Amino acid sequence: MAWISHEWFSIIPLDIVLIILSEGHSTTASLPQHGDRGFPFAAAAAAAAAAAGQALPRPRPAAAMQFMLLFSRQGKLRLQKWYVPLSDKEKKKITRELVQTVLARKPKMCSFLEWRDLKIVYKRYASLYFCCAIEDQDNELITLEIIHRYVELLDKYFGSVCELDIIFNFEKAYFILDEFLLGGEVQETSKKNVLKAIEQADLLQESFFSS
Amino acid sequence: MEVVNLQDLVRGIRNHKEDEAKYISQCIDEIKQELKQDNIAVKANAVCKLTYLQMLGYDISWAAFNIIEVMSASKFTFKRIGYLAASQSFHEGTDVIMLTTNQIRKDLSSPSQYDTGVALTGLSCFVTPDLARDLANDIMTLMSHTKPYIRKKAVLIMYKVFLKYPESLRPAFPRLKEKLEDPDPGVQSAAVNVICELARRNPKNYLSLAPLFFKLMTSSTNNWVLIKIIKLFGALTPLEPRLGKKLIEPLTNLIHSGISVLPPIPAPGEGVLVPRGPEWVSALAMVLTAVLTKLSVAVLISLSSGMPNHSASIQVRPSLGGDHGVPHLKYLGLLAMSKILKTHPKSVQSHKDLILQCLDDKDESIRLRALDLLYGMVSKKNLMEIVKKLMTHVDKAEGTTYRDELLTKIIDICSQSNYQYITNFEWYISILVELTRLEGTRHGHLIAAQMLDVAIRVKAIRKFAVSQMSALLDSAHLLASSTQRNGICEVLYAAAWICGEFSEHLQEPHHTLEAMLRPRVTTLPGHIQAVYVQNVVKLYASILQQKEQAGEAEGAQAVTQLMVDRLPQFVQSADLEVQERASCILQLVKHIQKLQAKDVPVAEEVSALFAGELNPVAPKAQKKVPVPEGLDLDAWINEPLSDSESEDERPRAVFHEEEQRRPKHRPSEADEEELARRREARKQEQANNPFYIKSSPSPQKRYQDTPGVEHIPVVQIDLSVPLKVPGLPMSDQYVKLEEERRHRQKLEKDKRRKKRKEKEKKGKRRHSSLPTESDEDIAPAQQVDIVTEEMPENALPSDEDDKDPNDPYRALDIDLDKPLADSEKLPIQKHRNTETSKSPEKDVPMVEKKSKKPKKKEKKHKQKERDKEKKKEKEKKKSPKPKKKKHRKEKEERTKGKKKSKKQPPGSEEAAGEPVQNGAPEEEQLPVRGTSAPPPRTCDIRGSLQEDSQVTVAIVLENRSSSILKGMELSVLDSLNARMARPQGSSVHDGVPVPFQLPPGVSNEAQYVFTIQSIVMAQKLKGTLSFIAKNDEGATHEKLDFRLHFSCSSYLITTPCYSDAFAKLLESGDLSMSSIKVDGIRMSFQNLLAKICFHHHFSVVERVDSCASMYSRSIQGHHVCLLVKKGENSVSVDGKCSDSTLLSNLLEEMKATLAKC
Repeated sequence: MAWISHEWFSIIPLDIVLIILSEGHSTTASLPQHGDRGFPFAAAAAAAAAAAGQALPRPRPAAAMQFMLLFSRQGKLRLQKWYVPLSDKEKKKITRELVQTVLARKPKMCSFLEWRDLKIVYKRYASLYFCCAIEDQDNELITLEIIHRYVELLDKYFGSVCELDIIFNFEKAYFILDEFLLGGEVQETSKKNVLKAIEQADLLQESFFSS
Repeated sequence: MEVVNLQDLVRGIRNHKEDEAKYISQCIDEIKQELKQDNIAVKANAVCKLTYLQMLGYDISWAAFNIIEVMSASKFTFKRIGYLAASQSFHEGTDVIMLTTNQIRKDLSSPSQYDTGVALTGLSCFVTPDLARDLANDIMTLMSHTKPYIRKKAVLIMYKVFLKYPESLRPAFPRLKEKLEDPDPGVQSAAVNVICELARRNPKNYLSLAPLFFKLMTSSTNNWVLIKIIKLFGALTPLEPRLGKKLIEPLTNLIHSGISVLPPIPAPGEGVLVPRGPEWVSALAMVLTAVLTKLSVAVLISLSSGMPNHSASIQVRPSLGGDHGVPHLKYLGLLAMSKILKTHPKSVQSHKDLILQCLDDKDESIRLRALDLLYGMVSKKNLMEIVKKLMTHVDKAEGTTYRDELLTKIIDICSQSNYQYITNFEWYISILVELTRLEGTRHGHLIAAQMLDVAIRVKAIRKFAVSQMSALLDSAHLLASSTQRNGICEVLYAAAWICGEFSEHLQEPHHTLEAMLRPRVTTLPGHIQAVYVQNVVKLYASILQQKEQAGEAEGAQAVTQLMVDRLPQFVQSADLEVQERASCILQLVKHIQKLQAKDVPVAEEVSALFAGELNPVAPKAQKKVPVPEGLDLDAWINEPLSDSESEDERPRAVFHEEEQRRPKHRPSEADEEELARRREARKQEQANNPFYIKSSPSPQKRYQDTPGVEHIPVVQIDLSVPLKVPGLPMSDQYVKLEEERRHRQKLEKDKRRKKRKEKEKKGKRRHSSLPTESDEDIAPAQQVDIVTEEMPENALPSDEDDKDPNDPYRALDIDLDKPLADSEKLPIQKHRNTETSKSPEKDVPMVEKKSKKPKKKEKKHKQKERDKEKKKEKEKKKSPKPKKKKHRKEKEERTKGKKKSKKQPPGSEEAAGEPVQNGAPEEEQLPVRGTSAPPPRTCDIRGSLQEDSQVTVAIVLENRSSSILKGMELSVLDSLNARMARPQGSSVHDGVPVPFQLPPGVSNEAQYVFTIQSIVMAQKLKGTLSFIAKNDEGATHEKLDFRLHFSCSSYLITTPCYSDAFAKLLESGDLSMSSIKVDGIRMSFQNLLAKICFHHHFSVVERVDSCASMYSRSIQGHHVCLLVKKGENSVSVDGKCSDSTLLSNLLEEMKATLAKC
């Protein structure tokens, strides 16, 4: 195929890559910033001990997204969703290691890290870290977008969501996630549809001790 | 009791920060109490709290049964909680999961879409192979649900089902494909998702879908879907190159529109990434996806040509190195580069400096990415420079993890493709030696392996390597840190071996010998000491020879004395291997000492111990030896002894270390001539063998020109490169020297070129392009011979062994274009009869569990059985009694009788294997409205011996009306036991077309195959024939109900049997017995037997007077034996059969037949 000659390509080498490399600027998390109920922003912990990835039985891949974890700056788990079947012991081990690794990273670092044979995509919103594990071939940016969209959904549902909302209504947070993702794949790309489904399901739900 | 709700629990935990564990254990006790109550609301609340505790890391597996209780609550509120808890805490090992099957099935078919939705969501988290198998059909049905909300979920969960139960892929795939064109975009996107994930793993099976996806790509506006489709094409294009060409245009368009969504480049320091909105991010993601696929090239070209103003962004390039660069994008840029590198290495190589800068980044993710990129970027030209840069990073690096990563990368980079890029092996050895100075690295063995490999395979370098290694052995700094295992001291293993094996190259062998015999050596790990001991002898042998040749008898004796003095320290070693070798060698040396005392020359004999060359063997060589024809490796040579003494208990540690070592094979006796002859023969064979792996890629070819063990290659000693750098060398020196050398080479070349040009062309002259220095121009500093690793003859160049046999996607490598075979049908909801529960997949886990919890299993079983019974009752109620049955049956009987008598005379014996006519059909016609008269039909049920549990039903359709009948479709309501074999992809409810039309007065026969699970009982299937009756007045759509009767007799096949076999069968005692007696028979015994033979497919074995024995066999291999006796006015039939139910049913049928006589 004549159009992919080396000459051509060497003339126009990496413009697109460079666009990508150069566009955008700060990574400061930006979404829910409400100081009244939430937790104050704080500089990331500077703990430098990089957790060494020990050889472990690797989680069996079965989904685009392997799991999603939400944890606080103190390392407390707030939500966990596993799209691969693992035993509780393995889950705990992975969670512990990952929380440590992510918390040790400085705020200016990129949102991606390679961990075992997975890619971890994480993002911090206020005091909460949203952390997803994807497979090698999956797209990091789209995963970042999934995280963001989930945050937006939470924000819409709870109305300016903060960590406490997720703690006290953790089951709702799960329900929203389940309407958005299924088996690790995006199920509904329309935010409106997700919220509609949740609202209708909530209508069916009665108060616990009404009858 | 007061019930604590979730909020109270959360608050309580927050208030008890100091004694959280105690508080929670208290809460768990309360929860246990709550779970004992009958109120489902209390239970659900308790389960909700448990789900929260589970997240905090507490074990709630004990409540699995309670979770199931809440799951099966009728109210959505509770059901939702139950499924959430299940999806969070259940996994494949949860044993109660099998109890959920029926509940989930019920919820899946619930009228409320949210019940169904919740069940699907939950199932996606805890689906097991069993659940997948049992529910696959239900979920497949949901894929055509009226609500898109359900369809979408069902489609997505199918992917999980495929993974757990790969057999479901083929039957479900047509419907999945259908969903690609679903009117609802959500469902469509779900289908794209699933197919994309499937195709990514096994792209070749999905090539036929390319046109469909192409259409989708050009029509879809959903970025999420587009990204998936682009990814899919990325997997497909390598298999179908034409596809790439076709994709250029749409992809270019897509990216243009993607780029147009990108915001203008903002000034540094302002704005943020995320709030720009999802359009931006997903557009960018799309661009990147395109970049990351192999299609990228075309797209990139069109991009950069179409958008010249974006080249301005090159100015911002320094931001890559700066602290304020965007880390995400830097990372992704590097990732993109690594993809482009594969197709266009040169374009990436020009950014070498940028990438090297990234090695300084604070962020480890970026550093690792950059390292990865460097691996692909090296060439002969820049290898030294890149490695030099890496070496400086090694010194600077903080943290052992990253330093180890650097170290392995350096070695990877240098050793890739058989040392393709190394031009100067002295440099490489010195790099390796420098790496040994790293402290606390875990990769000592890696360095050691490299040293060994280079020294063995590059013959020209041995002299240099030996000098370096002896220096290593001599330097104490390594020994100092030898306490830690796996550390750098592994290098000494290689050093000792190289010095011993190639001792002829040693400058001061005596010095090295002393270094190896130092007392401190005994602190080294056992396996290294063992190598020391072995190589000390090699060294000793070579020194002995030198001394004897020089005539220094005293010197020789002194060396022997040194050995005798020092070896005992190894004899005392705790390591058995060291001890054994040392004591063996000590005895040998003592013997030599005795001989030396008598002035006998011994050197020749001692060196003969180590004669011959060791050839490198490829790591996978053993595996690749093809198994000779006719050799069965699994067959026993001797039958194993019943009571075998366990060999495994032998302490393994003794020979454990040995395994890690290079296999040593020393033909000490083989004389040189024999060796040479064999070598020649092998070379000849290899040359003629097309399958022999010739390891060297093209650039290596020239090294191979001078192979051969005998010829040490001609070393072109370049005077500027000293072969020996005194002391421990600095690799930098080589870099400098190399540069100089290359420069000179270039100058020379230029000179030559100029000369040539002047000679050749004087008149015609054009500006020649600048002579660029390409890889090929760089001549190696030394002519080296990289020896090919040995592979067995006839080894197959397969990469089979690289595949992971446990890869779940391998099972999904299924050809989807093949028509669906009958056996591949999805199991449909049915009562579990004894047969299905015996299927092997089912049985294995059961057996395992049995040993642990026999009681529980029984319980489960009972419950299942109860369920079964309930269902059966329901079903019975459902089926209405047919009207007018008798009348029609008689009519039917007549036609059938006629037909059969033509085809098969009573009592005839047919050869086994041929389908046998076995019909006992029953047909029911309901009056058809309208003008057309009902077309009467006949059907025969035939068993076939070839396929057990399958019967062919031949239906004769006769049109007695005056209209033309066409578009006939037969739909049969499958029962639990009998299923109709339908063409691929059609569902249970779809009709099966009749492959012909019927003009008035014509009859034709259509055949259908049914699969029968259990044949012990007779059964009836209801069905409908729909057709279009067309006459002069127009066409009407008509229906005709009918009923197929599968009698037990129809499952029998007339099989001849000899009396002796018959007697044996009766004696075996495995058969159950039953008998009937019918009075008022006037027919002759002969006719009676004929009737039984005809209607019930028996054959007469023996007949004595008014007594006869008969035999038949069922399609599933049951034997049926009869003894028929005729009395005055009655007949008695005694039957024996391997299945008592079958027998009693058969006898019932027989009674009915006989009663008519």
